[in-house]
Amino acid sequence: MSKEIERLSDPGLPEHVHRRTDTDPAAAKQAERQIAIFFVLSALGTILFIFSYIKIPLDRFIFIPILGSTNAHQLFLGLGLAFSLLFIGLGAIQWARTLMPDTEVVAERHEFRSSEADRADFVATVKERAASAGLGRRSLIKRTLGLSLGLIGLSPLLLLRDLGPLPKTELETTSWAKGVRLVIDPSNRPILPSDLEVGAVAQVLPELAPGTERTLENVAKDAVLLIRLRPEDFKLSPERLSWTYQGIIAFSKICTHMGCAVALYEQQTKHLLCPCHQSTFDVPRAAKVIFGPAARPLPQLAITVDAQGYLIASAPFSEPVGPSFWERSS
Amino acid sequence: MKRLSRYRRHRFAGPVLLVFALFMIGTTFSVADASSRQSQTSLTRTTAIAEGRLIFLRGCSSCHGINAEGGSIAPSLIGVGAADVDLQVGTGRMPMADMTVQAVRKKPAYTPDQVAALASYVASLAPGPAIPTDVVANFERDGSTAAGGELFRTNCAMCHNFAGQGGALSGGKFAPSLMASTPTQIYEAMITGPQSMPVFSDKIITPTEKLSIIKWLKAAQAEPNLGGASLGRVGPVTEGLLIWTLGLGLLIGIAVWLATKAR
Amino acid sequence: MSAGEKAAGAVANYVDERTGAAKWLKKNLTKVFPDHWSFMLGEIALYSFIILLLTGTFLTFWFDPSQRDVIYHGAYQPLSGIKMSAAYESTLHISFDVRGGLLMRQIHHWAALFFMSSIGAHLLRVFFTGAFRKPREFNWIIGIGLLTLGIVEGFLGYSLPDDLLSGTGIRIAEAIIQAMPIVGSYLAFFAFGGPFPGTAFIPRIFTVHVLILPGIFLALITAHLMLVWYQKHTQYPGPGRTEKNVIGYPLMPVYMAKAGGFFFVVFGVTAFLSAVASINPIWLYGPYTPGQISAGSQPDWYMGWLDGLVRMFPNLESHIWGHTISWNILIPGLIIPGILFTGMALYPFIESWVTGDKREHHLLDRPRNVPNRTALGVMSITFLLVTLSNGGNDLIATHFALSINQITWFNRIGIFILPPIAFIITKRICLSLQRADRELVLHGHETGQLVRLPHGEFVEVHEPLTPEETWKLTQHEQRAALEFKTIDENGVSRPKGLKEKIRNRLSRAVSEQVKKPDGDDLKEIEHH
Repeated sequence: MSKEIERLSDPGLPEHVHRRTDTDPAAAKQAERQIAIFFVLSALGTILFIFSYIKIPLDRFIFIPILGSTNAHQLFLGLGLAFSLLFIGLGAIQWARTLMPDTEVVAERHEFRSSEADRADFVATVKERAASAGLGRRSLIKRTLGLSLGLIGLSPLLLLRDLGPLPKTELETTSWAKGVRLVIDPSNRPILPSDLEVGAVAQVLPELAPGTERTLENVAKDAVLLIRLRPEDFKLSPERLSWTYQGIIAFSKICTHMGCAVALYEQQTKHLLCPCHQSTFDVPRAAKVIFGPAARPLPQLAITVDAQGYLIASAPFSEPVGPSFWERSS
Repeated sequence: MKRLSRYRRHRFAGPVLLVFALFMIGTTFSVADASSRQSQTSLTRTTAIAEGRLIFLRGCSSCHGINAEGGSIAPSLIGVGAADVDLQVGTGRMPMADMTVQAVRKKPAYTPDQVAALASYVASLAPGPAIPTDVVANFERDGSTAAGGELFRTNCAMCHNFAGQGGALSGGKFAPSLMASTPTQIYEAMITGPQSMPVFSDKIITPTEKLSIIKWLKAAQAEPNLGGASLGRVGPVTEGLLIWTLGLGLLIGIAVWLATKAR
Repeated sequence: MSAGEKAAGAVANYVDERTGAAKWLKKNLTKVFPDHWSFMLGEIALYSFIILLLTGTFLTFWFDPSQRDVIYHGAYQPLSGIKMSAAYESTLHISFDVRGGLLMRQIHHWAALFFMSSIGAHLLRVFFTGAFRKPREFNWIIGIGLLTLGIVEGFLGYSLPDDLLSGTGIRIAEAIIQAMPIVGSYLAFFAFGGPFPGTAFIPRIFTVHVLILPGIFLALITAHLMLVWYQKHTQYPGPGRTEKNVIGYPLMPVYMAKAGGFFFVVFGVTAFLSAVASINPIWLYGPYTPGQISAGSQPDWYMGWLDGLVRMFPNLESHIWGHTISWNILIPGLIIPGILFTGMALYPFIESWVTGDKREHHLLDRPRNVPNRTALGVMSITFLLVTLSNGGNDLIATHFALSINQITWFNRIGIFILPPIAFIITKRICLSLQRADRELVLHGHETGQLVRLPHGEFVEVHEPLTPEETWKLTQHEQRAALEFKTIDENGVSRPKGLKEKIRNRLSRAVSEQVKKPDGDDLKEIEHH
């Protein structure tokens, strides 16, 4: 072999270098003591854990720099557990590093591929036994077996049908209807137009029919945001303008993108911002989308006042609220 | 001098000199700054409104106009009320030092007396929200922490975050952290609707409800870190950062040690 | 024989008489495992899984997976009298009234974050070193499966307490289901047992989170480990290491001590983190209601990239014949992740198709020697970082006083231009490193010592490399590009030429490398 090729070839495993603990019994004893200290620290950790569990009350707080005022029970319980576990690990690892044999062992890899004889044997066995089952010859069995297995796969699917009702018109209707009063969330007080100053917002829900409970399913569709601008700030079509009342405009609070509550009103820019994905809606232009992934403006609720002067809806929403779905036509 | 010059080539000579120079510059600046503030307070004692007007002319009129009528760079202050002045000037937001997207809370430029004088002057221009009195006295007694929490989560958390840590608005604006706000300032913010914040009229959030929100916020400010360091109370982002830095860092460090040969 | 040895012998005899385990045990106790810190990343994931099982079981003894309404009258005063679900209330109970409850909750959640981040780190290690090549392709696919299921499991897990933050995440998940064409609204109503939020979802995901997915994990992890066990672990190249051997330490006692010890280390560090750092403080979020939302709402980090994709996507929606298709939800929420995970799963087969390499590999690659693969990996990491940072764009905006709109636009454009730039830079760096290796082999280490030769010339003394160092820098294989004939001898273009043309092109790109020094190069050097 030329000198150059030899320089470039595998020099083999390097010489094993002994550790101090291999050659010096005193070093080995020191390592043993070190490992023992680790295990003792673990034991102390467990004692801290037991002490904290029994003795430190759940409502005791202690000030620690960086952590702030933190719960002492939780902190010392956790530290006790952490140390009890960590030091067993560190001890075991150090034991392996310093005292267990660290000579590298060479093991052979074996070819995975079976021998040709084994392979041929396998193929022959499978062929012969498949033929003995007769599947290939007996096509009637094959076909009807396929039928029965295929059909039986449908049964578990059918069992899932009662997981839920069909949507029908649920996604398209809300509790809002003509004459339903707007009430404040969460106090359920009705609202007079004079309650809102210019630049004010209110979180609104429909007034409940007497005897009914408000469910979260209702809130998920009915939540409305009421905003008061000056009437001259609007840039609306005449129809949409007729849905406002003296500068007060109402929108569905459920984002048309993915359903988060859009309640972030920027008074100066008159934008509504959804904090989830930053869809931005321009209130003077009927919540037109001006930034972000929402594809549709927030549905506007037509409002007016009733005989007592309280704000009411003058019609239900003209389109489904919330995120899009296949059946939605606009 | 000779004793000192022995150390001129010491490896710490540079850093020590740097620290000394920074210290000297810093103290010189604060002394000079303090002395300039001294001269601001030496005004002739007149009535509060007149005093307020003088402060206004000197410190606010260049942006807000001689008669507080506003202009292209600052809004009109006619009708904003004493509450607005108390909030903006009391939190140091006004005078606005850095004309960027939004005024930030900073060390107030005026003493509480001067702020009161300014507020009186602006209040004299036109009727507006007055500085709420007895907020501090009443919120403990009249407010409910739990109800305040519900109100906060419904009306405030979408801008200020669930724990009042603040949040992003569009275009570089932001809802500030509420951790340093006083009860009066919180009340004033709700009734005046500062900058991007909407107004929370007294019929929409009643005065008692406002006190509940304040009580809840005070509890939130004092909220201890039950499970350990709070990581900012902004949610999973900081938790994820910690796992990739301290968490995996610790474990990989120990793994590296595990695989090293002992000496 | 001591009493202990006698007892051990009796037990061993008892077991062996019934199972014949002696031979099998001896073979496996002496099995050799290579030792490198980067091989422990998968172990972090494995041990985190065990920690999750243990702490999770503890939590199920107190957690009530029900959405029925209750009024809270527990220890946490700011929520006193508030209406909430039993799930949320039981989580508050665990956090405030059960001794060790909050600790177990925090260990469970930190372990979940460790699980996902160590899977990611482990995936990167396996990818960059080429450990997914034959015969380990199936193990790679199992790994991608574990990654995907882990993301789902984590999402379901932190949604169980039904708090405001995770409830918002469920709302978004429902919107993705609902957006699916034709079946969307039906699937959403079936999943939630009716309109959102319903009362069926939390109990159902509890079953998935506690029974179905852990069962699948156990099966997949067992298969994953059995394959590693049977196929033997890969090893880094070096002196004495070949494709036909595995060099390391035996299971008993060394690997047992090191790996077993590392389990305690992982558990200990996770517990330490849980003692000092708060995670998922649900009492601060409040109970979920669809009418509330917090600024700065994000999912856990391993879903943050999905959130970032959704945030940056343009608002595309089609209305066709009275029906709506929400591209703005489907593409970032389902189609892109589908393409990404499928591509990842198929990568070993794609790479072997491009390189034409059908041989077994047990020696790992040094990343610099496979510049295209390494560059592809860095490109993917860049993509992930851009999407992750967009997922946190509102927090970045507040903490660095930037405009959230500008950050979004930066990421919208960056997602297209930053990964290719990262690819190019990484590839160039790899080729430079190859060049540096070549120079090192040919010329040796620079010592900084100058010597003046008799005829006056100054030269720097170079110290030649040791044989071990030389081997490390030259052991890698460099294959020439595949040359598939696209035009046969008669000048006729082959019908399937396009596939071959692409393969040629890719192969040429993949084979771009700095030629490692061979015998001739060394001979040349000698003559200097």
